[in-house]
Parts: sequence; C-alpha cells; structure tokens
Amino acid sequence: MAILGAINPMLSVGLDGDNAWRLADYVKRGGYSALRRVLEGKLPQEQVINEVKKSVLRGRGGAGFPTGLKWSFMPRSFPGDKYVVCNSDEGEPGTFKDRDILRYNPHSVIEGMVIAGYAMGAGRGYNYIHGEIWEIYERFEEALAEARAAGFLGANILGSGFNFELFAHHGYGAYICGEETALLESIEGKKGQPRFKPPFPASFGLYGKPTTINNTETFASVPYIINLGGEAYLDAGKANNGGTKLFSVSGHVNRPGNYEVPLGTPFATLLEMAGGVRHGRKLKACIPGGSSAPVVPAAAMMECTMDYDSISKAGSMLGSGAVIVMDETTCMVKALERLSFFYYEESCGQCTPCREGTSWLYKVVHRIEHGHGRPDDLDLLSSVTSNIMGRTICALGDAASMPVQSFIKHFRDEFAYHIEHRKCLVPVELQRAGSGFFKASV
Amino acid sequence: MLSSQSIARIDREIAKYPADQKQSAVMAALAIAQEELGWLPGEAIEFVAGYLAMPPIAALEVATFYNMYDLKPVGKYKISVCTNLPCMLSGGVDAGEYLKKKLGIGYNETTADGLITLKEGECMGACGDAPVMIVNNRRMCSWMDPEQIDKLLAELK
Ligand SMILES: Cc1cc2nc3c(=O)[nH]c(=O)nc-3n(C[C@H](O)[C@H](O)[C@H](O)COP(=O)(O)O)c2cc1C
Ligand code: SF4
Ligand code: FES
Repeated sequence: MAILGAINPMLSVGLDGDNAWRLADYVKRGGYSALRRVLEGKLPQEQVINEVKKSVLRGRGGAGFPTGLKWSFMPRSFPGDKYVVCNSDEGEPGTFKDRDILRYNPHSVIEGMVIAGYAMGAGRGYNYIHGEIWEIYERFEEALAEARAAGFLGANILGSGFNFELFAHHGYGAYICGEETALLESIEGKKGQPRFKPPFPASFGLYGKPTTINNTETFASVPYIINLGGEAYLDAGKANNGGTKLFSVSGHVNRPGNYEVPLGTPFATLLEMAGGVRHGRKLKACIPGGSSAPVVPAAAMMECTMDYDSISKAGSMLGSGAVIVMDETTCMVKALERLSFFYYEESCGQCTPCREGTSWLYKVVHRIEHGHGRPDDLDLLSSVTSNIMGRTICALGDAASMPVQSFIKHFRDEFAYHIEHRKCLVPVELQRAGSGFFKASV
Repeated sequence: MLSSQSIARIDREIAKYPADQKQSAVMAALAIAQEELGWLPGEAIEFVAGYLAMPPIAALEVATFYNMYDLKPVGKYKISVCTNLPCMLSGGVDAGEYLKKKLGIGYNETTADGLITLKEGECMGACGDAPVMIVNNRRMCSWMDPEQIDKLLAELK
C-alpha cells in the first residue's frame, strides 16, 4: 500500500514510498522549516496557537474537534511538567492512514509535535504506536534518533532555549487504547481503561500532569499550517473544514489505499480515484468514517462531499476518514455481525451497559445471521442500543451502537428476510465472489 | 530469567520515562520477554514486575488485558489473521478458512508438530492491503491471496 493518489496534496508531496522517509529527504522537501520559523523567529506561543485556530484544522482522530481550541485549553504558563501525546494507535477498522504517515513521512509528525510542545509549554512527548505495526514503530524510533542527532529534539533546540524530548511507546493489541484517556493509562503501564471525564487531560493527563493528545495526522498537518499560514491552509479545504485529509479507502474498490484530497471533495471523485467499485459492480453502501460511523446507503453517499459537515448531514460521521466501500455482493447482516463481534471483544468491561450490551448486540446479530433470529429481535436490538448510548464512560458504547442502529434503519428488509427465511437475501455464491479471494484457486 | 540483551533492551525502555515512572516500561518489557521466551510464563511476568518495582498482580493485569501477549505456549510461529469487516470484504475471512484447511487446525489451535498457531485478529491498521496477517506479532504480511499464503507456509519451517 501507499498513498495512491492525491488532489492538491500537502502531506504526501514529495513522498517516494520507502525511499524518502529519512531526515535528509524531509529537509530537502522543506521539512523542519516550520520549526525554524517558530523558534528562530521567536514566535509567541499565542501566535502559533492562533495560526492553528485560523486554519480550522479539525482533529483527524475521529471526533473532529478544532485543534487550535484544544491547544488553548492547556495551562501553558503554569510551571511544571506538561505533555503532548500523539495517538498513533490506529485501530478503528478501516483506518490505515497514520501507518502510512509514520512510514513515509515520520518527521512531519515529529516536527508537528515539537511545535505543539513549544506552543503549549510542554517539555516531553510520547507517540503511542499501534502494536500491530511493529516495523513502523521501529522506523519511528530511527526517525527520532535522526532528529535527536540533528538537534531538532533535546535540549536547547536550534539555540532557542526550548527543550523537548520525544519518545515512542508501543501498544500491544487493545483497540480501546485509541481512546485518549485509556491511552494515557496504557502509557502509565496499566490496563487501558478509559478515565471518567472531567477532569480533562488538559488539567489532569499523563502522570496527572496537563496533557494534550492529538492524532498522528493532526500533528503532521501542523508544519504545513505554520508554513502556509492558517488562512491558506483553511482555503485548501472548505469553510469550517480546513485543509486536505487522507482517506483510507478499503473494501470493494479496485484500488484500495490512501488518498489525500481537499476536504469537500465529492465522494464520487474519491471513489473514482480508488478505481471505482470492484469489477464494476453496483455500490450498495459505504461507511464513511471508520467502523464506528453509521452506514450510508449508496444513493445518499453519492451525494456527499468528503468533509465533516456534509457527512454529518447525511447522518454519519467523517470520523477518522476510513471509507469502507460495500458493493451488491455484501450481506449486511454478516457485515454487522462482524462489527458487533469486534466491539464485544474490545469493550474494556468497566461499564455495565457497554460490557453487557455489546455482548447482547453480538449474540442477537449472530443468531439472526445464523438463521435463529426471532421476530422481535430487531426491536430488541434497538432497545439494547438505546440502553447503551449516553450511559457509558467512553464513546465505545456509542461506537458499538451506531452501526447496529444504522444498518437496521437502512437495510431493515434484509434483516427481516434473514429472520423470516433463515438465510441471506444475497446468495452465498455471490458473497463468496465478492471478496475476490478465490479467483486464483477456484 | 532473561538474557543480558533483553535486559539491556528493557533498560532502554525504562529510560524513556520519568525516573519515578518505571512502570511505564511494563508493556515493552513484557513484549521483550515474550520475544525471548516465545510466550509469557508466570515467572517471566513476576520477573518483569520485580525488575520494574511494581506489584506482580499489576503486571499480570497488563499481560491479560492486551491480546498480543501469549499467556500459554504457542507454536514456533503464530499467525494472526485479520477478519474484521474491511478485510473480510477483500477476503480476510476466506484467508483464515484457507489456512485452517491447509493446516488442519482451527483458530487458537496449534499444529501437531508445534510449528504453527493460528489466531483470529482484529483490525491491524492495514486494511488497504487485505487480506493481511501478522507472524509472531512482528512481521506484517500483505495481500495474502492463496498463492502468497502457500509461499508463506513453505517458508515457515
Ligand atoms: C473507542 C475509541 C477509539 C479511538 N481510537 C482512536 C485512534 O485509534 N486514533 C485516534 O487518533 N483517535 C482515536 N480515538 C479518539 C481519541 O479519543 C481522541 O479524540 C483523539 O486522539 C484526539 O485527537 P484529534 O483531536 O487530533 O483527533 C478513539 C476514541 C474512542 C472512543
Ligand atoms: S464504554 Fe465500554 S470501553 Fe468505554 S469505558 Fe465503558 S466499558 Fe470500557
Ligand atoms: S480490517 Fe484488517 S487490517 Fe483493518
């Protein structure tokens, strides 16, 4: 995989697969000039944060929260330890953009984090990297070593008097650690169980100190904002949706992979860039923002542009920018069964509604898929989801519920058919052909 | 309990955290121990806890919470197959079935010769490369169609 296509890109400019990730390559394409601009120009912290605010960079980790605003919550002039933490625990099914950023452009993340540390008065940072991408963790360690040797990390960076240390921490297989407070617990060497909020990390974060957590792509965007200026970055996207974004397109397309396009790009354009629906089949539905986002039927999806506001108007979420494409060979019951199993497996078990509820959701969808559905199962599912939503410590409970609600809402007939006829509406042979796996052997 | 190389690696991990926060290195230390021993016996977990001056129960909690730690012996090679939805749409489930048939085992089982353990995994953050699988928590294998799987199995000896 690689970044397969782009329209007016920033993050992916000048990348060349595995050949251009090193510090020297990054510097050649203008890297670390934003850090120089900030430190050598002695830009006030306030001004850095203001540029980020003006850019309307919205967090790329899922919630889309404005980054500049988040940074302004940090008590930057309070003395004592403060932290910036990068969330590279990319585990939201369908999302694989942070992996490519770390693999092909790791120094953009480092530079963004140093600038963030400066702006918020933090002296230390950690990048929490998904345990499954071990080779990328090792590469990031190498990139850190390069940055230290070149004086972009450590004491008195570029002679500015600003000190910033940055380290990599790996996960080891727990989706919930992508939730920012679970991630902090995990760095502290504990089970990754989310904390009650408030207090928010900006006041009580890592080791109880003020902490700001942002996604990999969010940090990687910061140098471009500093270099271009906040307004120009905003203009590269669309109003209220600044900049470009990486979209991870997976599922039934001819060219799955990452694509960097301006926010506001029509979904149809993105789909075309990804080679269209596999074998020219018909689009059935799309999950536009990672597995936790509500599913959108084909017709509505084709009307969307890829930005926070348009996708939200269509009843879903841009989330992490993971676009899961499903064609007419997909059995929606089976698709939902797999997602429900995932949330059931990954619930950390702290809250009863989530622990018990995700188990029920999976059990019931499973029995529908396997021909043992009962007439009132769809009502049961909807009552379980309403008993989970809004009643849990973290958003995983909602994340488990939204797919169930949206799949049933838009594809109710298919679920009802399963319950009544004890089999799939989509013929099994067609489903089998859809995955394309057996083309070589059968 | 662990080799001096492993201890040196653990020391490098400890140095990443504030001096009074050694426990932060527990995930890395357990991973290093597992890499050396092939799995995590109770003594290894206790050893790591002692080395990091944390209660053994706290280290055990970590080892049981994160699913890449193996608390029981596994084969020489552990293959984790991603079957989550994005991969499933591109053959992840089929790849798992193909492996089961070839190896004559199910998920969470090990071949009789102790060579290969098969696991079902969750999203590995590489869905564009589906089907994907990871060998021994370290090596990501992409685009695993039947041919590629055959090649991998021939290589794992
Ligand atoms: C269950 C769950 C999983 C999450 N997984 C991730 C993740 O893998 N990566 C990520 O950046 N954010 C993830 N988030 C969102 C984070 O909690 C947090 O909002 C984000 O890292 C903030 O960064 P941003 O503002 O730059 O987006 C997850 C949230 C929840 C509730
Ligand atoms: S909602 Fe679920 S995952 Fe989140 S804290 Fe509660 S039990 Fe854990
Ligand atoms: S779903 Fe398999 S790697 Fe993401």
